[in-house]
Amino acid sequence: MTATIDATPTVLRPHAEQLYAAELEQLAGADDLPRPPGWRMSPQAVVTYLLGDGKDISAKYIGPRRLMEVAVATLATDRALLLLGVPGTAKTWVSEHLAAAISGDSTLLVQGTAGTPEEAMRYGWNYARLLAEGPTAGAVVASPVMRAMRTGTIARIEELTRMPSDVQDTLLTILSEKTLPVPELGEEVQAVKGFNVIATANDRDRGVNELSSALRRRFNTVVLPVPGTVEEEVEIVAQRVASLGRALELPEVPDAITEIRRVVTVFRELREGLTADGRTKLKSPSGTLSTAEAISVMTSGMALASHFGDGTVRAADVAAGIRGAVVRDSVSDAVVWREYLETVARERDGWKDFYRAAREAE
Amino acid sequence: MSTDRVHVFGVRHHGPGSARALVRALDELRPDVILVEGPPEADGLVALAADERLEPPVALLAYPTNAAKGEHGRTASFWPFAVFSPEWQALRWAVSHDVPLRFCDLPAGHRFAARDTEPAGPLDGTGPVDPAAAQASPTGTGHDPDGSAEQSPASAGSEAGADAPAVPDDASPDSAEDELRIDPIAGLAQAAGYDDPERWWEDVIEHRRDVPPFAAVAEAMAAVREAAPAITEDLVREAYMRQVLRAALKEGHQRIAVVCGAWHVPALAGDLPPAKADAALLKGLPSTPTTVTWVPWTHGRLASWSGYGAGVTAPGWYHHLFTAEDQPVERWLVGVAGVLREEDLPVSSAHVIESARLADTLAVLRGRPLPGLAEVTEATRAVLCDGDDTRLELVQRKVVVGERLGAVPPDAPAVPLARDLDATARRLKLAQQALVSDHDLDLRKPNDLDRSRLLHRLRLLGVGWGTPVQRKSGKGTFWESWQLQWHPEYAVDLVAASAYGTTVARAATAKVVETSADADLATLTGLLESCLLAQLPDAQPTVLRNLSDRAALDTDVAQLMAAVPALARSLRYGDVRATSTDALAEVLTGLVTRIRLGLPGALTGLDDDAARAIREHLDATHEALNLLADRLPLRAEWLDTLARLVDRADLPGLLAGRLLRLLRDAGTLDADAAELRLARALTVGVPPVTAAGYVEGFLSGGGLLLVHDEALLTLTDRWLSGLAPDVFTAVLPLLRRTFAAFAAPERRAVGEQVRRLGTGGPRPKSDVDELGELDPARVARVLPTLELLLAAGRGAR
Repeated sequence: MTATIDATPTVLRPHAEQLYAAELEQLAGADDLPRPPGWRMSPQAVVTYLLGDGKDISAKYIGPRRLMEVAVATLATDRALLLLGVPGTAKTWVSEHLAAAISGDSTLLVQGTAGTPEEAMRYGWNYARLLAEGPTAGAVVASPVMRAMRTGTIARIEELTRMPSDVQDTLLTILSEKTLPVPELGEEVQAVKGFNVIATANDRDRGVNELSSALRRRFNTVVLPVPGTVEEEVEIVAQRVASLGRALELPEVPDAITEIRRVVTVFRELREGLTADGRTKLKSPSGTLSTAEAISVMTSGMALASHFGDGTVRAADVAAGIRGAVVRDSVSDAVVWREYLETVARERDGWKDFYRAAREAE
Repeated sequence: MSTDRVHVFGVRHHGPGSARALVRALDELRPDVILVEGPPEADGLVALAADERLEPPVALLAYPTNAAKGEHGRTASFWPFAVFSPEWQALRWAVSHDVPLRFCDLPAGHRFAARDTEPAGPLDGTGPVDPAAAQASPTGTGHDPDGSAEQSPASAGSEAGADAPAVPDDASPDSAEDELRIDPIAGLAQAAGYDDPERWWEDVIEHRRDVPPFAAVAEAMAAVREAAPAITEDLVREAYMRQVLRAALKEGHQRIAVVCGAWHVPALAGDLPPAKADAALLKGLPSTPTTVTWVPWTHGRLASWSGYGAGVTAPGWYHHLFTAEDQPVERWLVGVAGVLREEDLPVSSAHVIESARLADTLAVLRGRPLPGLAEVTEATRAVLCDGDDTRLELVQRKVVVGERLGAVPPDAPAVPLARDLDATARRLKLAQQALVSDHDLDLRKPNDLDRSRLLHRLRLLGVGWGTPVQRKSGKGTFWESWQLQWHPEYAVDLVAASAYGTTVARAATAKVVETSADADLATLTGLLESCLLAQLPDAQPTVLRNLSDRAALDTDVAQLMAAVPALARSLRYGDVRATSTDALAEVLTGLVTRIRLGLPGALTGLDDDAARAIREHLDATHEALNLLADRLPLRAEWLDTLARLVDRADLPGLLAGRLLRLLRDAGTLDADAAELRLARALTVGVPPVTAAGYVEGFLSGGGLLLVHDEALLTLTDRWLSGLAPDVFTAVLPLLRRTFAAFAAPERRAVGEQVRRLGTGGPRPKSDVDELGELDPARVARVLPTLELLLAAGRGAR
């Protein structure tokens, strides 16, 4: 099925294993440590792939090393991995790269929604063939999970807690017995070594479809935090914005770092409800203001600057984007935003342009 | 040759691996004397280690026998021992094999003397764990780059070698060489390619159950020491150690075991240099008579976790490593699961199995021989705690640190602070009993006053022997009521507090000074009041200075206002003896100025609750400044500020009304001006709820105004009668709240006035009007009796 999605340059968003094919190849080639069965490279190499080595391998995840180590070690012990975190903390990103590095395939993906049917987790039927041939192996449409079990690769489940509980619980047998029975055929699919599941779930939505404790205990949990420091977050945003800009073929934009720093500062201060110097308390808006949103504010700012401006990202290019990210609830968040502008942005040295631009965007 | 007779064991203080290896080495060597790094003054206490009632964690406490008067820094030093401390194991080995044991470090007396004479002297900071050292800097006496490994949070745990001196905040190392000395293990770990020295030591030494590490440690340390500069305090201490060693050799001991921090091994191993140089170095060192005793200790205090930088971050883990006979990781995880189950968290055996597997895999992934605390903690978090940090915190507190409490035999000498408390309590006839007893203290009596001060001081030290209670009957500023109950754990609290000083007063002073260093404004004003109640004049200047610094930085007007009443009380009633009132007045003036500047901004954009809170602050500040009207010229400026605010349209009704009332009562606004404003507030243009708030603000705290000012009453009445029915229902709760606060007679008087307004009848004669017809001379005769009655009445209320 990878054949259907070709890594041609016209693809809007190549998969991790396509984008970083060279790095993966280099790591796997140089890797002489023992590999768990079914793995493309050793756990150590996977950690290096995620965190970068400062030279040829770029960092995919910027944050505590121990989190990635726990995640990789979890998968090596054939326990399922549950990545928790508020929206925009790189859960999906990490799961995609883990799957790419371990199995060389990050496409076996089930998206959890309120309407995800059981077929998406187990198998469905090709009804034309079912009617013509009756229940045969050929009429079975395998789910990504089933395919992963057959090929000994990693299946990814996005937003596990958004799924109805009964659908979630189909994972129970898969995770504990490592088998998926197909009673219609009197058969089962037994997982090949190397099969595992990475699920992501959202902290904020906790309680929507809380995992049953039976399912919960089949997962090891890693909580991905929001970036610890301004520097870390600026680095994440800068790196992602640069690579997104390349992918979208935006013209190179010089020196966006000032605006990146500004966007990150605004987001952090509002998120924490405290100015960076710790002197002023602020109200927090209802949105999460994640790093991912900061990245999208920056990319749209760059697009504005390159298509409608002179190519340099200025305060005016990001101001409207920031307002859009902050003001989710038009009444209460607008107050928060205006207060922030008047009490913090207005007074701050070198923020005059931003303050003016933000006032205009009001 | 001395080398064959001397065996130096370089250990890591509180290292369970070192302890285990040491016991094995001692069993093999069977020494005939053991020298241990520690204060020689404690030699007489070694025998107590045989007593089963001396149960670690315990600590050796050393303090100057006659603490200098007037000194209020922390003076005591502690050398804590846990079961897994190599030094403790050496002690136990010595007493159970009947082998003499001597402490060979520089006597604590020299340290104290050096500290007294020369705060930054060469001897300073060598030595024991002085919980003080790491934290004492704020007290002003803690310029003590105190050295010993045991305590330093800076080198926490990593002091293999360590007598690596801990460095208090104010003396951070300024060169790489200093850093190396402070943490020699870090240098070794770096050389071995580890980023975390703690882990390196664990991997190389603590997790090894086979090879005795001492030779390797000695060699490594020699290399490290070569690169490090010589520090006078180390040289002096090691000179002393060598002297003790020489004495032992002279006595003809054949197998001498020396147990010291790995850092000192190169100085003691091999052929000893000539004694002359050492003797010269030690000559003429000042000394102070010192007392040493055993005191109970806790795991919590061993851990830097709870703020006492004893240098062990995970005593529970170390204790486990030392005591578990096999399968340390599995046993540990089972223990953790047990703690979680006690809290009703669902943890099954399957969880434990999975967490053990994860810990193992992590160790392999990180290239470690065995899972260490880091791996086990990660596994606990990911599997047993579902990634939940709150649960992990519980595990940290209960298991990783542990709640172990040591014990000492009752015949061990008591700490000086406890003795001081005993003596004072006996003098004041207060019994330390577990039964609850109530005491009413009349502060006019010297004995009761002293009692009150003692109890206040103990509270400041965290010893809650007495709890202040509301007196049931009879109230006056000179009465104070306490409930007394003594708990056994106060003994440990006293030991901990004894680091602050040897008497209750001195310890409380040092504690207050330290607390004030990073307290917020409200805490500081509280401390200032406590200084007065507990009579700690020496602490007051520092608290005051911190208070004014903090006030300068604080931008929250409500916080600033919260600080005013206590300050004003201190100024008005306080016995401010040693501190000049000027300082207090200056701080208060600065505070009020800041409030006046910040007030306009603080009164807008408030919701109902916030406005109510500000109103209380306003009232309290206003009252406080009234109290001081004859002392400080602040009142006029304050009223001026209020007057400028009263007409602002954007104020919440409650606050606008309150301001008007305050100004009217103060006479800044006359009755006509007040009436005009109230009339304006009660017109149709103002939303009824705002108006009701205005009325509440204006009238709360006494309704007599309505009785006597007919114009105001008419206004209110007209507004109230003009309200539409549904609006009336909306404002009724507010009004009810306002009027319900009036005293019953006031309410009745207001009601009577309203009835009269309705009928247009004549104003009933009030008592006030009749006063004019009285004969002043005759009235004057009644006044003294009346005064007596009123004063008594106030007392009874």
